[in-house]
Amino acid sequence: MTISDRPLTAMIGLPDGPPDCAAYGRAGGWQAVRRALRDMTPDAVIDMVTASKLRGRGGAGFGTGQKWSFVPKDPAATRRKYLIANADEMEPGTFKDRILLEGNPLQLIEGMIIAGYAIQAGHGVIFLRGEYHLALERLNRAIAEARQVGWLGEDILGSGFGFEIHVHASGGRYICGEETALLTALEGRRAQPRSKPPFPQVGGLWGAPSVVNNVETLCNLPHIVTNGAEWFVSLGLGPDSGTKLYGVSGRVRRPGAWELPMGTPLRAIIEEHAGGIRDGYRLRALLPGGASTAFLDAGQIDIPMDYGAVEKAGSRLGTGLAILLDDRTCPIGMLHNLEHFFAQESCGWCTPCRDGLPWVERLLDAIENGTGEPEDLDRLHDHARMIGPMGRTFCAHAPGAMAPLASGLKLFREDFDTHIRLRACPLRHAA
Amino acid sequence: MSTADAPLPPDLRARIADLAQAEHRLRAASVSALTMVQDYFGWVSDTHLAETASLLGMSPADLDGIATYFNLIFRRPVGRHVILLCDSVSCWIMGRDAVCTRLQARLGIRPGETTADGAVTLLPIVCLGHCDHAPAMLVDRTLHGDLTAETAEQLADTLRAPTP
Repeated sequence: MTISDRPLTAMIGLPDGPPDCAAYGRAGGWQAVRRALRDMTPDAVIDMVTASKLRGRGGAGFGTGQKWSFVPKDPAATRRKYLIANADEMEPGTFKDRILLEGNPLQLIEGMIIAGYAIQAGHGVIFLRGEYHLALERLNRAIAEARQVGWLGEDILGSGFGFEIHVHASGGRYICGEETALLTALEGRRAQPRSKPPFPQVGGLWGAPSVVNNVETLCNLPHIVTNGAEWFVSLGLGPDSGTKLYGVSGRVRRPGAWELPMGTPLRAIIEEHAGGIRDGYRLRALLPGGASTAFLDAGQIDIPMDYGAVEKAGSRLGTGLAILLDDRTCPIGMLHNLEHFFAQESCGWCTPCRDGLPWVERLLDAIENGTGEPEDLDRLHDHARMIGPMGRTFCAHAPGAMAPLASGLKLFREDFDTHIRLRACPLRHAA
Repeated sequence: MSTADAPLPPDLRARIADLAQAEHRLRAASVSALTMVQDYFGWVSDTHLAETASLLGMSPADLDGIATYFNLIFRRPVGRHVILLCDSVSCWIMGRDAVCTRLQARLGIRPGETTADGAVTLLPIVCLGHCDHAPAMLVDRTLHGDLTAETAEQLADTLRAPTP
């Protein structure tokens, strides 16, 4: 592949649409799968990805090579194993995987072949959210063509390694993005998360060893294998390697997503790439990486957008796509919108999440609509304290829901007090 | 006998059976099978749910547990067109409430309802991944962005226009 400073999106946005197998090859595609299957052992691929320090791009940031290393080695390859692409992009404010899926589906397919080879899985599944109709059409077309040309199927390149991919279009539920809930959904059951252990790498889909990787994570693999781990490390500006699809939504001049070096400062993303805040508005606060990340204050935008720096600032990098709150949008209204989402999308399996999140939503609704009482703030703090920490609920859904609330209670204290005192939202008619 | 009570047509039964056979276990096909039924009839009736369940070796209650779990499986009749208007945070910031209010007024329905002529159902949906063009909505399979109350209203009007 041509050495590029934006490898993930180099072939995206071309006038003819996504490349077919031949065009993809002419632009440097398929080199990595040739190299991996012909010249590298599966373990060598895992070692290379570990050395590249690639971390999961779905939000948790777990080391990809390390994640793969937990899959049991099976020289006889007699067991079924699964490699699953998590394309259930449903985190509010996030639109990066759709760009990769629609723009260059073959890049994902090549990444999946490489990952499948590394963990010696013969079966690949793309778990796609049901609303992504264009992505579904393009993925199915790309898979059919790749199968016809011989990039998928038995004995790829005469290596003895065979790999198949099929797409599962989801019925639509946010919790399916959680990897164990995703596996449960694929098995045709209500998509509730499972307890760990067993971890998916040991007992995943149908009890078989399974790895679930995010779309953007998998799309990095061809470039790492082609250009090497050192090159990938050198792309990052700070401690994290590679590039990242960053994005901004809200009242900026040019909302969008851009592939930039990992560790690009938040200010540069907002001001240079998104064109800054629109005239007549001022930045108040932001969620740096989706609805389940804690608010950062407008004064914190000089941090680099890498995993460690955002965590140190009190939030999470998450998906890397920021949602901006401006000074003419009500922060309580925004929190109410966020908690409505989380309450609706709770799977209902465990009581603190199923009953706690709707309670939070109703409290915020009351405050926003002028019927809130001062004690309601205590109840909101109670929820943030009780179901915010990991381990109080079955999965990470409720902690994710409490991240914007807990940070918002601190950051927007005056707004809460004003709403309760005035018995109205002071910004309701301002926007 | 209404279509809701008619048996599944043989070709659809065959396609569901094929789909189920291709899976590791029959029940793995449940969401895809429900989606196929819905693509054919617009929604999943009790009769079709029970027939699909029997093809998958499941009880109707078991399959209904799955059907009602997912946002995109409709267990009640919908209009010829379905508008899924995003109600998540970026679209909310960018004015989706005003778009929704105008659509409700124009269509004369609230979210969750279908127009009396059977043309349009209006539903809220979680983030559509089109936040750089908020507010956004999905009309059947087509994504529309950068909506204003006016453009959304015009789109809704085209859905209600009599088919030639």
